[in-house]
Amino acid sequence: MIDFRISETDQRILDQVAAEAKAGEKYARHYEDHEHEALPDSFPEAAVFTPLPKLLAGRAKDDTPAATFQMLVSFARQAQNGVPLRGNVSRGGAGLGNAALRAAGTKEQIEKWGGLTLAMSITEPGAGSDTKAIQTTARLDGEEWVLNGDKIFVTTGIRAEGVVVWATIDKNAGRAGIKSFLVMKGTPGFDIVRQEKKLGIRTSDTAAYAFRDCRIPRENLLGGDESAPREKGSASYRGVMKTFNMTRPGVASGGVAKALGALRFAEAALADQGLAVDWHADFHRRSAAQQKLIEMEADAEAAALTVLYAAWLADQGRSNNLEASVCKAKGGEVCRTVPQRAMELLGAMSISHDHLVEKYLRDGRISDIYEGTGQIQRLIIARSILDYSSEELT
Amino acid sequence: MISFQPTEEQALIADSLDAFARDVLRPRARAVDEAGAIPDDILQQGWELGLIGAAIPEAYGGSGGERSPMTGAIVLERLGTGCASLGSAIMAASGFVNALLDFGTDEQKREYLPLFTGAAPHFAGLALQEPQWGFGPDALRTTAERRGKGWVLSGAKRLVPFGDRSSHFLVVARRDERIDAFIVPRDTKGLSVAPESGTMGLKPLPTARLDLDRVELPGAARLGGEAGIDTARLLNLLRVGSAALAVGISRIVTDTAILYARERIAFGEAIGKKQAIAFMLADMHIECDAMRLMVWKAASQLEQGMDATKASVLAQDYVRRRAMKVADDGLQIFGGHGFIRDLPLEMWLRNTRAVTLLDGPVAI
Repeated sequence: MIDFRISETDQRILDQVAAEAKAGEKYARHYEDHEHEALPDSFPEAAVFTPLPKLLAGRAKDDTPAATFQMLVSFARQAQNGVPLRGNVSRGGAGLGNAALRAAGTKEQIEKWGGLTLAMSITEPGAGSDTKAIQTTARLDGEEWVLNGDKIFVTTGIRAEGVVVWATIDKNAGRAGIKSFLVMKGTPGFDIVRQEKKLGIRTSDTAAYAFRDCRIPRENLLGGDESAPREKGSASYRGVMKTFNMTRPGVASGGVAKALGALRFAEAALADQGLAVDWHADFHRRSAAQQKLIEMEADAEAAALTVLYAAWLADQGRSNNLEASVCKAKGGEVCRTVPQRAMELLGAMSISHDHLVEKYLRDGRISDIYEGTGQIQRLIIARSILDYSSEELT
Repeated sequence: MISFQPTEEQALIADSLDAFARDVLRPRARAVDEAGAIPDDILQQGWELGLIGAAIPEAYGGSGGERSPMTGAIVLERLGTGCASLGSAIMAASGFVNALLDFGTDEQKREYLPLFTGAAPHFAGLALQEPQWGFGPDALRTTAERRGKGWVLSGAKRLVPFGDRSSHFLVVARRDERIDAFIVPRDTKGLSVAPESGTMGLKPLPTARLDLDRVELPGAARLGGEAGIDTARLLNLLRVGSAALAVGISRIVTDTAILYARERIAFGEAIGKKQAIAFMLADMHIECDAMRLMVWKAASQLEQGMDATKASVLAQDYVRRRAMKVADDGLQIFGGHGFIRDLPLEMWLRNTRAVTLLDGPVAI
């Protein structure tokens, strides 16, 4: 049965998640101003709140399925502006590199490295979305791979204990030559060049790396496949791209959450000024501001539903390649348009550091960029619906 | 518990209506629009699907199925992919029948529901729209006054579907701040029915204007009796019905444009291989999904008897904006061919404009 109701148990969990995230807002401005200051592993306020795994343990088996509920948790948490109150250092297994390891690693590799926090390093100064253009090389020398190249935009790149690096073992093989390698921090020839300064998501560190004759063990190639067949695509490349189908709804949920957060902020602030939507008044009896609030809410809701749908398909074990891109495109849309409009409705005081509403615009903006820009999502969707290969539609 | 899984019955209905839309409605849609009239044979075929009588209790001669706004939304989207005009015609009695099912007293159900369970199509129109610019159901000018135990209705109603052959009308009118609906037999003194001049969209759908000149009705004419009706729910059933139909049009526009973009060659390659066109198609696909989910959420709340006003207004607002863009972009991809009436693109644009403005050629 098609149903959108949230059980009382789940609603209580979501309320607690939101309350904990809200409690972190008292530190938000400090870390905006001290961007590269590392967060403590936990803040004293965390003690008041039950940790999420414990909350989740009380859920009924026949309730909203796990991945779908995870999206609701993400909406609840990220619609608040608080810094994370706990797990800021000891969060092994949670990095984007961990998702890649789980998707492409051998059983032994997953056992060996799964407990570490792993970053994912793909982007280079000359290769972003066009990943097959990456220039970082890996050359086999005896029982070691030798890595050379520059990497940028590495999320959690400072804090991570290890990093999954994309490099080519054969530049003439195109995608088939691209492999992922696990490199531990502290390996000679692996340098952190700098920590980036950003528009938003400032508590998430972003690093630039340099690899200069960096030698790693031969068995650090994820999946262990050293072949580079010169034909269309390769299993390991597709394996890594598959990672994104699983992570995209999560990233999209962040964009939706920032839209929802900005909308709720504007609604509450404007209600204090006597402006609220009368849901029973027809279009012609609404003010421009009321109509704008309705459009923002409709857009945010539509995006939220595409995220829930993509996650729900994953919960059912069904393919969600297309829907993952659909929801990522929608999350990317509303993370931009809704905070922008919220500030327009609130007026000039919304830019003031007295308030946190401007943070939604800055923090949300990345959601239409990382893990595939909105344009990349549209390419994926267009190829799928037009039945074109990546060579036919570029 | 959140779920996007239609029931087995809903999946079966969707499959059979996909076939009906593809094999029966779509091949006739263009010619029917040109002719400006609904052919009787399609009305009969549509009637035989049993969609109108599905939720009428067996005691009144119906199929006794569950009353399901969610199923209604699935049905209307499917019919919309075939032809919005023919779909609206087949479902034209849904506004009257669903309102009776949801709000009618036992006596009203017993009297009127059996009309819709026969072998031949039967029509009764929902009269909501009024002539003034900027009309909205929150600012009705048609009034209902108490007279003794009865009622007196005054005002004008426009664009009433199948007004030409409706045996009854459900007239929505205002009494002070309250909104009520009244069952008005066609031959009631003071009621005059005249055909409309024609409409830009849903062109073949016959519509009528009603003039109510101090129409006197018995007390029993008020839908729901002394309790009256849940007006918000009635409006929501109409809003979501129109929106579901519009999603169907958007889907067929998108699917048709995808096929064309693969075939049409310009500058040496299919236009679908150019990002300017491919990205428009991607956005059209994205919005079909997003609109459908908005409609589903509102329909599912109506199914559960919740206050679905917010979800319905949001779905209506979203579909109104996005379905127009999809229909418009679909036409643009066809260029000049989209403007020529040989192809259905211009018809889909007109039909989308119509169903996203009208509350209630159909209801879920």
